[in-house]
Amino acid sequence: MEKAEKVIITVVGKDTVGIIAKVCTFLSEKKINILDISQTIVSGFFNMMMIADMNGSDISFGDLCDGMDKIGSEIGVSIKCQKEEIFDEMHRI
Amino acid sequence: MINQFEVIETNKMIDEENLDVRTITMGISLLDCASSDVDKTCEAVKKKIYDHAKDLVKTGEEISREFGVPIVNKRVSVTPISLVGAGCCKTEADYVRIAKALDEVADEIGINFLGGYSALVSKGMSESDEKLIRSIPQALADTGRVCSSVNLGSTRTGINMDAVRLMGETIVETAKKTAEDGSIGCAKLVVFCNAPDDNPFMAGAFHGVTEGEAVINVGVSGPGVVKTALEQVRGKDFETLCETIKKTAFKVTRVGQLVAGEASKRLGVPFGIIDLSLAPTPAIGDSVADILCEIGLEHPGAPGTTAALALLNDQVKKGGVMASSYVGGLSGAFIPVSEDQGMIDAVNAGALTIEKLEAMTCVCSVGLDMIAIPGDTSAASISGIIADEMAIGMVNAKTTAVRIIPAIGKTVGDSVTFGGLLGYAPIMPVNRFACDDFINRKGRIPAPIHSFKN
Repeated sequence: MEKAEKVIITVVGKDTVGIIAKVCTFLSEKKINILDISQTIVSGFFNMMMIADMNGSDISFGDLCDGMDKIGSEIGVSIKCQKEEIFDEMHRI
Repeated sequence: MINQFEVIETNKMIDEENLDVRTITMGISLLDCASSDVDKTCEAVKKKIYDHAKDLVKTGEEISREFGVPIVNKRVSVTPISLVGAGCCKTEADYVRIAKALDEVADEIGINFLGGYSALVSKGMSESDEKLIRSIPQALADTGRVCSSVNLGSTRTGINMDAVRLMGETIVETAKKTAEDGSIGCAKLVVFCNAPDDNPFMAGAFHGVTEGEAVINVGVSGPGVVKTALEQVRGKDFETLCETIKKTAFKVTRVGQLVAGEASKRLGVPFGIIDLSLAPTPAIGDSVADILCEIGLEHPGAPGTTAALALLNDQVKKGGVMASSYVGGLSGAFIPVSEDQGMIDAVNAGALTIEKLEAMTCVCSVGLDMIAIPGDTSAASISGIIADEMAIGMVNAKTTAVRIIPAIGKTVGDSVTFGGLLGYAPIMPVNRFACDDFINRKGRIPAPIHSFKN
């Protein structure tokens, strides 16, 4: 099995219907596998974090960011895509 | 696997606390560009910088997007130009032509500053060193992105007082030549004692002669992150305070290490060092002064400031060293005045003087930085301030620097604006008593004794 290319997708904003559905539909269309998903409310804001594997996807990381920006602006939330390494480096010795 | 709270913590640092990588600086050796013809040297310099650094800005932006962390500056440092131009520059104007060539290529590759219009004269000045120094006012007036630095002393050689005297005059001349723009030329000119070869921060960055062909050095930042972490431990003991700074510095530095590694890999240039720094900007919440206040001072400059800063500086290093494979540069908390809103407030409140800043430079990097003084301050007084700061560096075996701006036409009570990351500064009073007879002595101050430490 090839090495996973993990990306962390975070959604922050006002809770509305269908946020996760829209994000998941996009990922599924682009053959991006979701490994983990969790959500919480932090200071009144909806916070969703998703770990996805881009290995096998037919789009680039830049395209993923653009796609998520578009969905984010459509539903009025902020969606951020980051490669996993920044969190690993910062929180793991 | 990474959990949600770790992700939220990291993104809060980036989005709300101004965590960023302050600079990716590519050091490039220009020694092989030296020739006996100025035009040929200029062409070779431009070609070499372009070939190495043409993708620097693009790569920085890609990395920034992928990890979601801002990389504020992409910069280049080069071999001290006094060496590169020694064979071909017959006049000061010849050196200015090289400065213009550097400015052109900096513009072409899209970087905001290029450092290395420099001379290393800690023991003596060669004729070419002196020519370069005398050309600095014109070079900084004619260019926008070139930064200049001069190393005037070291622990091993002592202080070159002839060069200190010349730099006092050079700073005044540079201020006059750029008087219409708030004497901004002086914001791009710094003098050092014990200058490091691998400093990624401007205005003092240059690519030392002991360095390789090219190298990637990264400067991290994050005063806002440290300040926010310290808000959680108000009133706690020193052990808790220090542990909190250390842990935060570790996290901040790891981001720099990641970015440095990626930049090095993608550009095919070896990784040099991480500069463990707390570098403020004029943005609210991005202030080293605010950390000192959080530690317990009403304003920087209050009694206790030097101790608080010493503690902060040491913990940043202790946390950062483990986070990075190679550490170098200036490494420590920066205390510029114009680039830190908290420092500006302290000056305006009457809490902070040049003399207290001088004391603070004994325990942190770098030195008297971005301090505006009255435009009619004499060259000898400026040389005296420089000599004091060089002496601190020489005796304590540390890097010290002076970047001081005599704001032409302005005096105490006025302020001067530089714009962007350079910020604005209230004019600070300088001790009015003369030191001309001291500065006018020829020669150098001998290196200090390395035993009987007291």
